[in-house]
Amino acid sequence: MRMPALKALSLALLAALLWTLPATAEVVIDINKPNVQPMPIAVTNFAGASGQETQMGRDIAGVVAADLERSGLFKPIEQKAFIQSVESLQVQPRFADWKAVNAQALVQGRVEQTQDGHLRVEFRLWDVFAETQMVGQAYNAAPQGWRRIAHMVADAIYKRITGEEGYFDTQIVYVAESGPQQKRIKRLAIMDQDSENHRFLTDGQELVLTPRFSPNQREITYMSYFRNQPRVYVLHLDSGRRELLGDFPGMTFAPRFSPDGNKVIMSLSQEGNSNIYEMDLRTRHVTRLTNDPFIDTSPSYSPDSARITFNSDRSGTQQLYVMNADGSSQQRISFGDGRYATPVWSPRGDLVAFTKFKSDGFYIGVMRPDGSGERLLTQGFLVEGPTWAPNGRVLAFWRQTPTDSAGRGGTVKLYSIDLTGYNERQIVTPLDGSDPAWSPLIP
Amino acid sequence: MKMRFLCVVAAVALLGACSTEEQAKGTGTTTAAPAAPSAPTAQVTPGSQADFVKNVGDRVFFDFDKYNLKPEGRDQLAKWVAFLKKFPNDQLVIEGHCDERGTREYNLALGERRANSVKDFLVAQGVQASRLKTISYGKERPAVLGSNEAAWAQNRRGVGVVQ
Repeated sequence: MRMPALKALSLALLAALLWTLPATAEVVIDINKPNVQPMPIAVTNFAGASGQETQMGRDIAGVVAADLERSGLFKPIEQKAFIQSVESLQVQPRFADWKAVNAQALVQGRVEQTQDGHLRVEFRLWDVFAETQMVGQAYNAAPQGWRRIAHMVADAIYKRITGEEGYFDTQIVYVAESGPQQKRIKRLAIMDQDSENHRFLTDGQELVLTPRFSPNQREITYMSYFRNQPRVYVLHLDSGRRELLGDFPGMTFAPRFSPDGNKVIMSLSQEGNSNIYEMDLRTRHVTRLTNDPFIDTSPSYSPDSARITFNSDRSGTQQLYVMNADGSSQQRISFGDGRYATPVWSPRGDLVAFTKFKSDGFYIGVMRPDGSGERLLTQGFLVEGPTWAPNGRVLAFWRQTPTDSAGRGGTVKLYSIDLTGYNERQIVTPLDGSDPAWSPLIP
Repeated sequence: MKMRFLCVVAAVALLGACSTEEQAKGTGTTTAAPAAPSAPTAQVTPGSQADFVKNVGDRVFFDFDKYNLKPEGRDQLAKWVAFLKKFPNDQLVIEGHCDERGTREYNLALGERRANSVKDFLVAQGVQASRLKTISYGKERPAVLGSNEAAWAQNRRGVGVVQ
């Protein structure tokens, strides 16, 4: 369903800037400030000549506004408050009208369907108080690509105003859960980050866990209990082909791609002992990276591939470690109170996100790769498995509620949270969901 | 000392030369479905899974984040040894399980350790390793519902499934 759109979308950026004007004292959001006040923004319906174009223009504006709103950094103004009409806006923004509704930024756009049925969408972002255009871009796509264009528009707005890359043109793969806990059915599922275009990737016949994207997003590595042999697989999204990774003599689990996509790093359990291995997907050569009688698992590369963070209980309880990519120089980085698990290196390289738990519950937190600056973002009876949005500003994770002895409760849902610890929101899924993995920006 | 041995085994097995593990893997995968306790009334086939569950007891329990056998666990496993000696054609899949208070990936590793603790005990008591197979389900298959200590204690378990 997503594929044709992906393929057909010629990401031609027709004009990076339709025109530019010098900007003064422009609107900026400093997203490093916790609990920043959301910026009021007017997202107008994109104009169109035909009824179909007009409808699509409305749909695009709706997706853009929803993306911006969910980020917690923007507050889209209700359209019924708008004074200037979409038609009049095509001639020239009347900035006084937008100041009157307290808009700091204004988004306008236009949708055109070409003779061959393709879409051309352009948009402009205006600074209402400086009365200048901040960005203007145009996109070409197949008609079904309108939703992606809307996410790209939202990304462009986010980037222009915050100075950070956006993360709206992305997907999430996760484990969809249903049925009683003793016989839980778990399926891989994939969707856009705004929960649209949801589809299941496996049929629930076997237990599947911990899906993770390859850097180009066309493959997913995960663990499956196919034929009661828990092993790491790679699912090729374009062909639907499922590939058993390697011929290991024991359970393989906790897989993750290297940043260049050429390797998969994972744990192999042998006679009860779990160590970390790396497989080169081109040569199928396997390298053992840890070699000790303790549990070593949950490996995650640094974005420059030079180092790996992982989880080990070699100190007596689960803690976080960092080693060089060849397995040398293994060093513990977590020293706080409690157990630490599931370290994931930020795509920016500056932080490691983790799950922490102690007697009073579970936490999602971040620390620097040297172990300093630990910060806990959220907590609960059980929160687990952080994954980074590609800009390293937002995390997704899963939250499980307690179960009573009658089996009530025990729901499992996906959430996102800002790195500041604010703006925690549920990521809506049709069924229960766990083990989210956020994709990179779609190329 | 034993740990070092295990590491060597792991390294060798990776090269595909661990014959015992290969045999163990080749025996009971999904072809032999677990003998469901399907006996309609009191009739239990000797040596079956139903027999094992009813007359021996199919599970042992572990402490939080631990994989060492407790004294009562050893007593229980001694009965498993007697059962397996009595029914020499039985193969046993040993499942390792954890309670929900842990992270998914670590618990897969911990469940594997628990299953292997059971296996090691059985082998030490004279059961052929080739009759035993281990599998970890981590925290994915709780036996008892409830976010309380009583349920957790029941879920931290090793379970034998006769093939």
